[in-house]
Amino acid sequence: MSFLEIDRAVKQFGGLRAVSDVSFTLEKGEVVGLLGPNGSGKTTLINLVSGALPATSGDIRLDGLRLTGLSRDRIARAGVARTFQLVRTLPSLSLVENVMITAVFGRHAHWGAAARRVALGALEMVGLSDRAGVAAADLTYIDQKRLELARALAAEPEILLLDEWLAGLNPTELAEGVALIRTLHQGGLTILMVEHIIDAVRALCPRVVVMNSGELIADAPTDIALADPMVVSAYLGGEVDA
Amino acid sequence: MSRIILPLIGLALLAIVPLIVTDYGLGLLIGAATYVTLASAWALFSGQTHYISLATVAFYGTGAYTVAVLNETLGYGAVLLCAALIGGTIALVVGLATLRLRGVYFVIFSFGLAELVRQLITWYEVNVTGTLGRYIFLDITTRQIYWQMLGLAAITIALTAWIHRSRLGMALRVIGDDETVAAHSGINLARVKLLAFVLSAVILTLAGAITSPRYVYVEPSIVFNPTISFLTVIMALLGGANRLWGPTLGAVPLFLIFEWLSSNFPDSYPILLGLLFIGVVFLVPNGLIASTERLLGKAKGARG
Amino acid sequence: MLSTTLILGLVLGGTYALLALGLTLQYGIARIMNLAYGEFTLIAAFLVVASFQHLGVPPLVALPFVTIAGYGFGWLLYQVMMRPLVARSGSSGRLEVDSILATFGLLFLIQGVLLVGFGANFTSISYLDRGIDVLGVSVALNRLIAFAICVLAGGALVVALQKTRWGLIMRAVALTPGSAPLVGIDVNRVARQGFAIGSALAATAGASISMYQTFSATGGVVFTMKALVIVIMGGVGNVPGALAAGLALGLLETFVATAIDPGLTLAATFAIFLLVLLWRPQGLFGART
Repeated sequence: MSFLEIDRAVKQFGGLRAVSDVSFTLEKGEVVGLLGPNGSGKTTLINLVSGALPATSGDIRLDGLRLTGLSRDRIARAGVARTFQLVRTLPSLSLVENVMITAVFGRHAHWGAAARRVALGALEMVGLSDRAGVAAADLTYIDQKRLELARALAAEPEILLLDEWLAGLNPTELAEGVALIRTLHQGGLTILMVEHIIDAVRALCPRVVVMNSGELIADAPTDIALADPMVVSAYLGGEVDA
Repeated sequence: MSRIILPLIGLALLAIVPLIVTDYGLGLLIGAATYVTLASAWALFSGQTHYISLATVAFYGTGAYTVAVLNETLGYGAVLLCAALIGGTIALVVGLATLRLRGVYFVIFSFGLAELVRQLITWYEVNVTGTLGRYIFLDITTRQIYWQMLGLAAITIALTAWIHRSRLGMALRVIGDDETVAAHSGINLARVKLLAFVLSAVILTLAGAITSPRYVYVEPSIVFNPTISFLTVIMALLGGANRLWGPTLGAVPLFLIFEWLSSNFPDSYPILLGLLFIGVVFLVPNGLIASTERLLGKAKGARG
Repeated sequence: MLSTTLILGLVLGGTYALLALGLTLQYGIARIMNLAYGEFTLIAAFLVVASFQHLGVPPLVALPFVTIAGYGFGWLLYQVMMRPLVARSGSSGRLEVDSILATFGLLFLIQGVLLVGFGANFTSISYLDRGIDVLGVSVALNRLIAFAICVLAGGALVVALQKTRWGLIMRAVALTPGSAPLVGIDVNRVARQGFAIGSALAATAGASISMYQTFSATGGVVFTMKALVIVIMGGVGNVPGALAAGLALGLLETFVATAIDPGLTLAATFAIFLLVLLWRPQGLFGART
């Protein structure tokens, strides 16, 4: 039994099959890239795992627990943490409060000083601890992304789902971001990351799964998958992203 | 410590005021205490979550009407308990149906709820009991009503203070900012919203029940007066609906202004209310407390 | 008996459909949840009655003027009151709460003005109220005219939205206000137009209501409520949906009023609303997601 098992997951929107019979697994501690051209169903798949959308059919299990059919908050408490493709911070809360909520309402249900400690630790990891008291509304884009990651980390998750977390960063920030994810990986965290930046994927993910038009077209070590003619034509046939 | 001591001293002072004021003054005190309670209870749910409830009077009126129906058959304590139960149950049903959806459905439903309850009671009274309009004869003095209302106001504010520091309060604030983030952070949206809405509704219902003896004669069109919902919202907004003392700060002066307006300009009263409301939405959208803080912050910034 | 209910229900439903059309445009296109909508219709109704009683202007003559005035009123209101709220909220999603609060204030403001101007009493006029035989059922002529107005205005709107370039732009803004500027659409202009047309429809509905119904200055909330329920039933921004839902609500109300009790029509409206919310919150005619 694998740590995360996605078994024939299907998501149907009216006549459109956004995710079609997708199956793959992640082992504990693995970092896997989820690739594919725009509209291939990557974010939808992330949404199925995190419960943002109910699956039409199929099974998703985390460490043996069936996630399909559970509500978003139950899935979060089961140890799934995520970031969003379009950054979502809580503008009226301070940074430390933004981060604390997953510690408070997540599976460890910390409160008071303990929750604060977890939140400050997560802010420390992403390099925002010196601004813990600032309102989230005042952050730059990159710092909002950092904040979002800190919030996911404060949940002390079993698995982290990153939805294009590296997108929109400048080269320096990108290097920092890659280093940060590598640190998380070395700490033993399991990560499934949707990513378009191939260099980052090569640097971080020994293995990738590739989707096209809702279907899984490759599940292989990164170098092999990226050389696969099907994968190449999926990227070149569709829009190529920088 | 002063956060607890000062309000307690204030409460003690307010409790002995009725021994020295006139009947008219006491009436004003009751009115002010009632609106502090209503606005604070409203803000307990709507202030944090931004789910705007326009149904205050649906609960307030239900409380008053429950007393009118039961005051001859049950003891006072039991009547209050019944009122609280009925108000809580209505809130539970309405909340279950609407709070899992987008906020606007809740607003629409709450918008018509008072009218619905009023028509249902009227229909029931006319067709089933045949008694539209009831008298309340309770052996309760005006001072006792004041003390009860003052107590309810104090409980509401204390409860709000406690909630602000609790997990529930934190969950409500997150929901007010972004429900998606809230859910993915492990917050059970439906349960949190429902709990706060029912708590708020029970207090609103009790407020109606406690003031009802002041009406003596109760009829659906009297106790389900939509102006009460309207005043509650504007008071809470003016002070700042997400602050502990915001609703109080809005309720006391506005209540006095409205009293003066309604006795001096009875005809143009609704117009003035409407203008005032629009003024609040445009000029102090985050409430007076937040605006004052910002002004002070700016002044500080300018000096430093 | 049944055919009476059916025909009277359809005729009433026509007015409801017209009422809801304006609201669904205002909310669907301009994103303004207008709680003062019922008061808009009342202004028109009172104006028509006043010009009939004092100046002898026949309501059917007054109707086009009231409609145009409604458009102007909506245009101005959007520019003065709603536009600043839209600008202030940006993309923060605050507009919904702000517009609800602002129009809630507007509701009391207009109600107050109507009370001062026309008093709190119920108003009605007798105008073209002789009975006409429709399939064996006697229906007052004024009700038939109101129904015809609804069919004409609603039909014209459906055709305009579906078949013209203007309608395409309107629908584009209703679907994705965020990306409409990318294709060169002036969202502010379209929103203002949507709001103004909504007000014009409210005025038209008010004028037709004044021809056959009794109304009072404090009754706007019920109109708003019914229109809102129809909009939700039909699916927000869905014009044919609103038409169908309006007719359905008219039928339901007439049925409840004749078969059960006239005092329970609002309760029936709410019951339907609850059912829709529990069963298909996206509206009876919307796509299931």
